[in-house]
Parts: sequence; C-alpha cells; structure tokens
Amino acid sequence: MYKILKKEVLAPALHLFEIGAPRIAAKALAGQFVILRIHEEGERIPLTVADFDRQEGTITCVFQEVGKTTRQLGVLKEGDSIMDFVGPLGVPSHIENYGRVACVGGGVGVAPVHPVARALKKAGNEVIGIIGARTKELLFWEDKMRAACTELRVTTDDGSYVRKGFVTDVLKEVIEEKGRIDLCLAIGPLPMMRAVCDLTKKYGIRTVVSLNSIMVDGTGMCGCCRVTVNGEMKFACVDGPEFDGHGVDFAEMARRSVIYREQERQAVEVYGESACRCGCGGGRQ
Amino acid sequence: MSEEKKEKKKIVPRKNPMPAQDPKKRAGNFDEVALGYSEDQVVAEANRCLQCKNEPCRQGCPVEIDIPAFIKLAAERDFAGAIRKNKEKNALPAVCGRVCPQESQCEKVCTLGKKHEPVAIGRIERYIADWELANGLLPRETAPPTGKRVAVVGSGPAGLTCAADLARLGHKVTIFEALHVAGGVLMYGIPEFRLPKRVVQAEIASLEKLGVDIQVNSVVGKFATVDELMEKEGFDAVFIGTGAGLPYFMQIPGENACGVYSANEFLTRTNLMKAYLFPCYDTPIKAGKKVAVLGGGNVAMDSARTALRLGAEESWIVYRRSRAEMPARHEEVEHAEEEGVKFALLTSPTRILHNDDYWVTGMECLRYELGEPDASGRRSPVPIEGSEFVMEVDTVVVAIGQGPNPLVPRTTSGLEVTRKGNIVADRETGATSKPGVYAGGDVVTGAATVILAMGAGKTAAKSIHSYLTGQS
Ligand SMILES: Cc1cc2nc3c(=O)[nH]c(=O)nc-3n(C[C@H](O)[C@H](O)[C@H](O)COP(=O)(O)OP(=O)(O)OC[C@H]3O[C@@H](n4cnc5c(N)ncnc54)[C@H](O)[C@@H]3O)c2cc1C
Ligand SMILES: Cc1cc2nc3c(=O)[nH]c(=O)nc-3n(C[C@H](O)[C@H](O)[C@H](O)COP(=O)(O)OP(=O)(O)OC[C@H]3O[C@@H](n4cnc5c(N)ncnc54)[C@H](O)[C@@H]3O)c2cc1C
Ligand code: SF4
Ligand code: FES
Repeated sequence: MYKILKKEVLAPALHLFEIGAPRIAAKALAGQFVILRIHEEGERIPLTVADFDRQEGTITCVFQEVGKTTRQLGVLKEGDSIMDFVGPLGVPSHIENYGRVACVGGGVGVAPVHPVARALKKAGNEVIGIIGARTKELLFWEDKMRAACTELRVTTDDGSYVRKGFVTDVLKEVIEEKGRIDLCLAIGPLPMMRAVCDLTKKYGIRTVVSLNSIMVDGTGMCGCCRVTVNGEMKFACVDGPEFDGHGVDFAEMARRSVIYREQERQAVEVYGESACRCGCGGGRQ
Repeated sequence: MSEEKKEKKKIVPRKNPMPAQDPKKRAGNFDEVALGYSEDQVVAEANRCLQCKNEPCRQGCPVEIDIPAFIKLAAERDFAGAIRKNKEKNALPAVCGRVCPQESQCEKVCTLGKKHEPVAIGRIERYIADWELANGLLPRETAPPTGKRVAVVGSGPAGLTCAADLARLGHKVTIFEALHVAGGVLMYGIPEFRLPKRVVQAEIASLEKLGVDIQVNSVVGKFATVDELMEKEGFDAVFIGTGAGLPYFMQIPGENACGVYSANEFLTRTNLMKAYLFPCYDTPIKAGKKVAVLGGGNVAMDSARTALRLGAEESWIVYRRSRAEMPARHEEVEHAEEEGVKFALLTSPTRILHNDDYWVTGMECLRYELGEPDASGRRSPVPIEGSEFVMEVDTVVVAIGQGPNPLVPRTTSGLEVTRKGNIVADRETGATSKPGVYAGGDVVTGAATVILAMGAGKTAAKSIHSYLTGQS
C-alpha cells in the first residue's frame, strides 16, 4: 500500500498528491511516469512524475478528474492509501545544454513540464516557460514554474488572467521575438501538442512531446500504447513517453485514445450508483 | 507385499476420461473447462500405473518428480503422502497438473503408452494438488538459515521454482515482480477457464509460507538494476526469469487500427485485469462480433476461446500453414473446435483494413499452399498468386509470438545476450556470463512451456546453492 501523505486541490477537479514511495523517489527523473491501481477491482492508469523528493521518499502527481478512475482517486484523502504504485517508468527526458529552450505546458500538462524545465535550466539552458489554461481558476503552479524557468509567460484561453490566447499564440510571439529557439518541449492535451508541432515545424524547431497513450502494464508487455513515430511502431511506455513531435502520427493517436469511450461512459454511470448490482463482488466504491 | 500386488497387473488400455463442462455451455463462461477427477476416478487411474522398475516417466519430467511413488500413494488413497512426495520436487503441482503438455513429457515415455494410452499422470497430479488446497497446506521443512540472500527477478514459473528450492535450502529469497501480482504468464496469459487464478495464488501462498518474500510493483532495471541489487542491496546471487513478454506484430499496414490487439494485451486485459467482469472491474475490453486471431499456437487458441467467452459471434483462427503444422497442443485445438472456434488455414493477412474512424473493418488475405520443409522441419507456406480476398472482421488479435523484454539485459553490466536478445545461460547450470547471476525460462529459451521454465529454475537453484555454499 502506498500512502497519500499530502493532498492539495489545485483547481476544481484538479488534485495534487504526494505519495510515499521511497524506492521510486530514489530513482525518478524528469519525464518519467508511474502506474497506479487504486484497489483490487481498479484499472492501471499512468500519471507523470510531476515532482519527487528523494529525502522524504515521495512522488508528486497532479491529475485531472476525467473519468471513473481519476474521480475515484479525487475522492481519496490525506492518510488514505493506494494499492499499487509502480515506477519510475519510461525513458527520462534527455537533458543537455541546447541553448534556448521553450517549455510549453497546457492544462494539466503544466505539472509534467515542470521537472523537465527545472532540469533543463540547471543544465545551463535559457528556459522560456509558457503555460496556459482554459480559464484563470484552472491555472496552477505559476510560482513553481517561474522558479523553474528563466522567463515565464502565462495565458488563458478566455482572457480571465494575464492575457487571452492559446499557448501556441504565445509560442509564436516568443519565436518571432527571440529569433532562435533550439528546442521546444510541449506537454498537454493532444490537440495542443499537435498545434505546437504544426507551428514549430514551420520554423524548423526541434520539438519534443510526451504522449499519453492508453496503457496497461507500462513495461512493454502488451503493446496497447503503440504509436507511429516517423513511420515506425513505437511503444510509448518503454520507447517514450517523449518523442520527436514532428514525426508523431497524431491522427492515429487521437483515434486510439478514444477506443474505450463507450465503456468509459458506462463506467462513470455505474460509478454514480451506490453498489454493484450484478453480484460479482466487484464495483467497490 | 500383499498377494494381489504380486499377481500380474491387469492392463486398463484407456485413460479414465476427464469430466468437463459441456462445450456449448462453457463457451459462454469463464469457469474452468476440465472439472477434475473424483476420488474414485483418481484411484482407478492411479491403479493403471505398472510401477515400472526402470521408471521412464521420471526421465520425462524436467523437475524430476518421483512419479511412480506419488501415483502409488494416490492409489492407496494416501493423498497427503502423495502430494508430499510430489512437492519434494515440484513447487506448483496444481498448475502443472492443469497446463503441462504431459503428452510431450512424462506421458510420452510412459511404458503403458507404448501399446495403449499412457497413465494420465497430469490428471492425478492435479487431483492430489487440489486435495491439498482444499484440505489445508501441509507443513514443509526448510533447512536452517544460511544467511545468504538471493534476488529472483520475475515471478513466472521459472522464478517461483527457483525461489522455492532456494528457500527450502535455507537461503533468504526476495522475488521482484514488475506487475501487481506474482505468477507471470500463469496470471496474465493463460486464461481463467484453463487455469483458475485462485489456484495460482494458492500455490504462491504456499511459497510465501516457505519464507519467500514477494515484492510486486518492482520493475528491475527501473527502481534498481541487477548490479545495484548485488552491490548496494547485498544480494549474494541473482536469478533472472523475466520471460518472453514482448509481443511481436506482423509488420503489415493497418496494425495500429482500433480493434487490433496483441494476444498479450487481449489476454492481460481479460485475465489479469478481469475485463470480462467490466464494469464491476474497471478495465475495459472490446471483443467485437467477428474476431480473427492470427497464429496457430496455444496463445492463439487461448485468444480465440477467450473471444467467444467475451461474446464474439464468430471467432476465427487464421493460420498460414495447415492443421498438421499448428504448434498448439492437440487437446487445445480440439477444445477450441468443440466450442465453435473456426479455422481459416493456409491463410495470412497482408493488410488490415479500417474505416475513417480507424476501426477495423476487415483483413486483406492471401491463400497459401505448402512447399518444401523449412529449417524447423515443417513444410513452409508459399503464397498462391492472385488469391487475394477480403475477410470481414471487426477485431484482430495478433498471436504470432513473443520475444524477451530487453529491459534487464540492457541495464545489467556484463550480461551476454543472443542476437534475438535472449540471455545466454549454460544449459547444465543456468550460469550467465556475469558471476553470481543465473537465468532460466523463456528469457533464455524463447517462448516455451511452464515445465521447461520450472526445470530451468530448479537447475539454477542447485547451481546457486553450490555457488553460495562454496561447493562446486
Ligand atoms: C505516460 C502518461 C502520463 C500521464 N500523466 C498524467 C498526469 O500527470 N495527469 C493526468 O491528469 N493525466 C495523466 N495521464 C492521463 C491519465 O492516465 C488518464 O487521464 C487516466 O487514465 C484516465 O482514467 P479515467 O478512468 O479517469 O478516465 P477514462 O474515462 O477511463 O478515460 C478518459 C481518457 O483517458 C485516457 N485513458 C483511459 N484509460 C487510460 C489508461 N489506462 N492509460 C492511459 N490513458 C487512459 C483515454 O484517452 C480516455 O479517453 C497520463 C497518461 C500517460 C499515458
Ligand atoms: C497465453 C499463453 C498460454 C500458454 N499456455 C501454456 C500451457 O498450456 N502449457 C505450458 O506449459 N505453457 C504454456 N504457455 C507458455 C508458458 O506460460 C511460459 O513458457 C512460461 O510461463 C515461462 O515462464 P517464465 O518463468 O520463464 O516467464 P513468465 O511466465 O513470462 O514470467 C516472467 C515474469 O517476469 C516479470 N518481469 C519481466 N521483466 C521484469 C523486470 N524487469 N522486473 C521484474 N519482473 C519482470 C513479468 O512481469 C512476469 O511476471 C503459455 C503462454 C501463453 C502466453
Ligand atoms: S512409466 Fe507409466 S506405467 Fe510406468 S511407472 Fe511411470 S506412469 Fe507408471
Ligand atoms: S503499456 Fe503495455 S506495452 Fe506499453
């Protein structure tokens, strides 16, 4: 069992957990993820390592409630435990001194961008952070990101905070303003990553994205997470999750991420009811 | 010896048949297909054994079970004695009794099998193992602690066997398993209806009773490498039994379409994650109405039978050679057929077709004929020109084999691997190129069988014991 040592509500339906997992915390690096299972009947879902504390032995995850499992997770309190928590999985971000780097985080994607931005700055890069959310109350970690970057720009889709515009609008301005960007990292919803890649491709800026494909084991055993990158089949859990954004087949990726839409809807419906009615003994809340 | 034993035994030519669920009924549920012998049936079967002096069956067993001895005890209705005898060598009798290919091991060389049907050794083994699980585990002796610590990587049959043998010899064993439960393919691959998961877990519980510590959620190569386990965490030796868990795909267009699964994913969702109980269990699966399973091995049979149980109206095995070349166990093919699985033989897809939403709509296939025998001795399939046709399906399960997961080899210094990525280990000892590190099972041999993996685990345990106690 893995204990939730700290819980913070960052925004409506957006939570932060600090989870006690010393063995994972000892090894975790920026860009990696964990897979968790809340209880015996639960599914295995991946969450990015948003931060880690080797001394305290904790892993920080930030997640958004989007379906049954993340809602169930959102109900847990400080002191509660999660049954399974495994990691650190995936290849860590490649950190070196590229020069000037743009780190773009959209929505909940701000959390996974944070440790990478911090590591890139530490490696000597000039890090320009760009974070955005739909609206002001969904924006989080502005302070943490400011500390992790050389310079931070903030935007909201609806203009309720700082300015109105998408992260791609800001990125375009930054590119025009600075003239040269050596690497761009983009993490967020699929359409956002795709839009960033479309933009940076025009400018010939190498771009890394972190892919959230559906996963089961996270160790390369099932192939569920496969994506096409530069025409080749890759497993996001072991070959990624970070890939060359300009090579990613986003259309395929988008289709694959909604494979279980029907079942996901059904799961949420059943979750709304008090107990499982089929008598299988599952469906614990 | 009593009078009746001395007189020449009357030969019973045929095995006592195994009671089984009705095919039509069982194709709609995940309950176990083979129901197991009754007490009278097991005694009758055990009495067929000739108790041969030269015991050929024993040589056929990779874990060296004293087969005639446990059969004799079963014939005398001393089931406690029988299981104790069996477990002297075998850590997983309830598993072996169900899934071992006895027809190519002990039963293949059984004296009775020369002219008649061999003794149903596996069925007797299953009975006595289930007897123990039902009547409570019998205590087992272990040697006094040696103070040595061994790390076992992977909890498939190879790792479990190695751990059990080392624990009984007094070593402190820790198993590290990547998934959230121990058992390897026994838990995630082989379906519930052939090997109930509670049976696997009960056998693993008896390992824990021996003092084996099982750490799940522990991916070696990620939270710690083999080198770190030895240098920083003080393990005196390591056994690697990480299996062959990396699924192969066909490398044909359309394979990433929605509705295409690797057999590993299809079976893992169903067995390990219990997707057949969705939405009570949270993991979803989508087995369509018409399912094509590519391949002709046991994994393919399991996938096709699973598809039926998940509600498919048609479940097809699509295999590019003919029936005679199918590597699956004869019994599994028969079971599949009885349940209504259909066979498209001498057929192989060249492309998977999908609609605008990327959902599978069919497969473009070619027909084949058999040519000259290839390196494996099987006649190789040759495509028939102009034989293209479209098979309409909405789900495709790719079951054409698995390779070793590269994670451990890649993160371990000085570990020799083959071109295919299998760990190189001495056949006689299980020793790898790295001192103190041993390996066995599918990660060494490529995808094989439960009992061969167990045999390798046993061999390695012996070598590790000599290595740790300084005898060689
Ligand atoms: C490497 C990786 C890192 C991730 N990091 C984060 C993170 O830091 N914070 C965060 O909020 N989310 C993260 N996600 C996404 C998160 O895993 C999904 O939101 C979660 O699985 C949804 O589960 P659900 O039952 O609540 O929703 P569902 O209703 O089941 O699904 C909603 C959507 O989530 C995706 N999804 C569903 N099941 C899985 C699964 N088993 N694996 C992956 N995706 C799935 C699907 O695209 C689906 O359409 C990450 C995903 C990956 C692959
Ligand atoms: C669907 C299916 C049906 C089968 N049916 C039969 C049958 O009827 N009869 C038969 O004899 N054989 C059968 N087999 C074959 C048999 O199951 C295998 O040969 C056997 O399980 C191999 O055992 P193993 O211990 O080498 O590896 P596995 O059983 O594959 O176990 C390896 C374990 O190591 C873990 N692991 C991998 N990497 C790491 C890591 N880095 N750190 C920690 N843990 C790790 C894996 O998660 C897994 O649990 C079947 C196989 C499949 C897939
Ligand atoms: S070979 Fe067959 S008949 Fe002879 S002892 Fe073994 S099981 Fe009995
Ligand atoms: S999640 Fe199973 S292979 Fe990537």
